Amino acid sequence: MCGHRRPRPEDRALNTPLAESLSVVLLVAVLAWAVVRPFGWPEAALAVPAAAVAVAAGAIGTDHARAEVVRLAPVVGFLAAVLVLAHFCDVEGLFRACGAWTARWARGRPVRLLTAVFALASAITAVLSLDATVVLLTPVVFATAARTGVRPKPHVYACTHLSNTASLLLPVSNLTNLLAFAASGLSFTRFAALMALPWLVAIGAEYVVFRRFFARDLAASAPAPGTGEPPAMPVFALITVGCTLAGFVLASTFGVEPAWAALAGALVLAGRALVRREATALGVVRAAAPAFLAFVLALGVVVRAVVDNGLADALGHVLPGGTGLLALLGTAAVAAVLANLINNLPAVLVLLPLTAPAGPGAVLAVLLGVNIGPNLTYAGSLATLLWRRIVHQHDHGVDLKEFTRLGLLAVPAALVPAVVALWGALRIV
Amino acid sequence: MRVIAWLVEGTWPACVDAVRAHAPEDAEVVLLHVSAADVPGVAHGAFAGLLGRGHRRGHAPGDGWERDPGDQVADLGDASAAELLAAAAARLGRPCTPLERAGRVEREVVKAADDADLLVLARDGDRDRLGPRSLGPAVRFAVDHAPCPVLLVWPEAAPDLTTLPPPPPPHPHGPPPPP
Repeated sequence: MCGHRRPRPEDRALNTPLAESLSVVLLVAVLAWAVVRPFGWPEAALAVPAAAVAVAAGAIGTDHARAEVVRLAPVVGFLAAVLVLAHFCDVEGLFRACGAWTARWARGRPVRLLTAVFALASAITAVLSLDATVVLLTPVVFATAARTGVRPKPHVYACTHLSNTASLLLPVSNLTNLLAFAASGLSFTRFAALMALPWLVAIGAEYVVFRRFFARDLAASAPAPGTGEPPAMPVFALITVGCTLAGFVLASTFGVEPAWAALAGALVLAGRALVRREATALGVVRAAAPAFLAFVLALGVVVRAVVDNGLADALGHVLPGGTGLLALLGTAAVAAVLANLINNLPAVLVLLPLTAPAGPGAVLAVLLGVNIGPNLTYAGSLATLLWRRIVHQHDHGVDLKEFTRLGLLAVPAALVPAVVALWGALRIV
Repeated sequence: MRVIAWLVEGTWPACVDAVRAHAPEDAEVVLLHVSAADVPGVAHGAFAGLLGRGHRRGHAPGDGWERDPGDQVADLGDASAAELLAAAAARLGRPCTPLERAGRVEREVVKAADDADLLVLARDGDRDRLGPRSLGPAVRFAVDHAPCPVLLVWPEAAPDLTTLPPPPPPHPHGPPPPP
């Protein structure tokens, strides 16, 4: 066990204890605001001023802040392109068509539907990001189950679990991956090659857990008559997504930023919607979630201030060094715990600078932890969960005991074999 | 006489058929469906877990990335419950009252059965191994706490006597002590 120490920045204006407490206060305020959302204002409304205060007060040097923004800007651009791509796939009817295909394939049989939902949610999450699965696919899956006379519960739960577990494969699948991808120095294809086995293993483990956990709901079916006309195949959206994926591989082969391929795909679909007057320019901008992008940049700067001011030393002692199997397991476990306490986005921002010096293996182990871990708490983190319980927002119905029991089975069952698979992949690939 | 049939996705046709077969012609029939609040709740939670996305608060309907999937799931659930009740009424083929509730399923069922003379429900457990587990927790709760007689039906044909387990071996020292 050895900690990874970062050189202390020399250009700070504040002395260390003051800078340390200021940056921690700022980070806590930013996260609390993001969870509580006073007056319904966007998360960026506090995060951006907080980042400005951190820089102005000297808690983070201007060159460090600039370096952080320069490092994050391409990541944020990549994310924006993927969000636009997914949004216009929905406009083209891709998700509705997917629902109809799974319904036809499942023929009213719950276990077949679960298998189809697993395949679909894993593919959508991997290619179009977890936001697409949570926001766009979940209602479609519910409607598909209800329409075919199958109990929707296991299938909706599968969507929420897979939006986390199946977001391991590609850098675009999850914002956490994009952040780690930028920090790891891996190429797009190598990232995918290393994560393919852990991705498959984690999804397989979830599938086994779901089949057993929901055996009762999966045994009942009353096939509904006729599933209606199959909707038209959204050929254009499918071809665009396929070409974008091929673009990722080509770009990384020729050393070009794969974000450009995502941008091209997004522009093609958005441009088509604009030409056909199915969207406005404002709609395209909103599909890129600009407030979210600003929040990610600002959060990055504030977290960097905290890491520079001593968190690196503190967590450096907790994190195991090296890339042996036990070290990877320990790293993934710490990441999973941290993600459950404070959401996986700040968790990955904190852990990346600490693990990046140990090489891509440790960074990918962090990703396994922060991506699979949040299935333990159903609102993504304990912080969000507690707040939602306090204000009784929407949650009268969720059986917390049941969801946690499922998480306690699924998270270790997916995480441990996935780490072992990563360890193996690091030796083979 | 007031008969309540608790209809659940996947097993409801058996309950409707049982009402047709066993409820008197002049009975007042209520078809009950309870939408579990946990399914929209989980979708709400997954949405809330996406930190920093600038979602709108409360019930203001957003669009695009601000559209809460939990709200959509709740709306879809209402629509599909209405369809299920309509299909059940058509299968029943006699006058009946549809009743839609939302919340903790087993508690809503028991509450709705308060003034009933008969509650009809279907087994929802593991029916491959017959025994205590052929009743799931919700049906178990309703059977235990229903304030009226209960008619428990098989979702499919009832098993025949060949599925009986072999009798326990005779005790060497006379009959076993009472439990």
